[in-house]
Amino acid sequence: MSSDHHHDHGMYDSDPLHHHPPQPDLEDTPLTHHQIMQIAVGELLIEKNIISADELRAQIEFQDSITPARGAELVARAWSDDGFKGRLIADSKAAGDEIGMDVGPVPILVMENTPTVHNLIVCTLCSCYPRFLLGIPPDWYKSRSYRRRAISEPRKVLSEFGTDLNDSVEIKVHDSTADMRYMVLPMRPAGTDGMSEAELAGLVTRDCMIGVTVPEGPSKA
Amino acid sequence: MTDRRRHHDMGGLEDGPVEIKEHTSEPWEKRVDAIRSLLSDEQRNMLSVDELRRAIEDLGAEAYDRYNYYERWMAAMTNILLEKKILGVDELGRKMAEVEARQGNKPL
Amino acid sequence: MSARYKVGDTVRVRQAFPPGHCRTPYYCRGKSGVVVRCCGEYRNPEYLAYGTYDGPEEPLYRVQFMQTDMWDDYSGAPHDKVEIEIYEHWLVPETS
Repeated sequence: MSSDHHHDHGMYDSDPLHHHPPQPDLEDTPLTHHQIMQIAVGELLIEKNIISADELRAQIEFQDSITPARGAELVARAWSDDGFKGRLIADSKAAGDEIGMDVGPVPILVMENTPTVHNLIVCTLCSCYPRFLLGIPPDWYKSRSYRRRAISEPRKVLSEFGTDLNDSVEIKVHDSTADMRYMVLPMRPAGTDGMSEAELAGLVTRDCMIGVTVPEGPSKA
Repeated sequence: MTDRRRHHDMGGLEDGPVEIKEHTSEPWEKRVDAIRSLLSDEQRNMLSVDELRRAIEDLGAEAYDRYNYYERWMAAMTNILLEKKILGVDELGRKMAEVEARQGNKPL
Repeated sequence: MSARYKVGDTVRVRQAFPPGHCRTPYYCRGKSGVVVRCCGEYRNPEYLAYGTYDGPEEPLYRVQFMQTDMWDDYSGAPHDKVEIEIYEHWLVPETS
């Protein structure tokens, strides 16, 4: 993303001082109380030299650059290299360093799905999420129903995502309550022998790294 | 809900099916997130994630339910900046009025 | 502060209900589980949350519970589990 920000309104408007909502249908919608608060607080912090407009812009660009593709790259590498998989599970920070990926300041524990164990991630108290690998959490992850029920009736919740697991599989729910974050390492789907890491990464969705779904093999088209 | 169980602490309570929805972050939401990150970085160290969580919880049950996610963050972050005297109530009120007036003059 | 518990120890979460900020979910209080990982030492969020950034560090554990112990009417499989990070001051040794 260039730092030149003339009015090229794409999907993302990353100019911190430019207050156009990007959606044309919102052009005439008055700002809400909290949006006004956001603009005012931002301007005051800039006026007080606590933050700068450039820092704000750079931070937004950084946030935009973090997508689930990062997690998918780690998963695909782990599927392709057993040694890497072991190191990823033992220490995701060190494993990330190996391939030049910073997994961030918060320890991320990688939980491996196996034929007998399926992992599911939730944060019942707020919205903790492996943001350095998956980006911003989806709305449903932060929703009241997911926070309430993923912990106590995970099989029903999984089924709402179209994931039905046999009772012989143990479900392990991880509540992200404190200083760790969690990412699920899904099982490599059948029919993927010989696929490149890039092709494999294309099969790894955000949701299967949260544990609500499992990756599907290549379509039989 | 009992007084012993705080409102945000909801694991295991009953609820309906998960509404599987999401949206692309709006610019103002990204700015809330970015301001929060900057205030929390090593250089500034003005806002811990724990303080933000505490301030969100302390918004109270009614606001917690009524506000959306980033509204909670914004309200909570502002309260902390006021508590820490990084911002003053009056200057913030005046600035917000100015922003609102600016909006009235031209389309957003 | 050295860690009081090790992997494999059976512990119980204190049945406490402080009115302020804490990171121990209500649903696990009073429940018994097993330490599955020692996560290292971290600053106590109960201080951090009120602006004390240089408070004491404390051992943090991942504790595993059986879902059937957690919920009276658990509808899943009997081997299903839940794992939660819990700070040491919330744990007591299980004496059964």
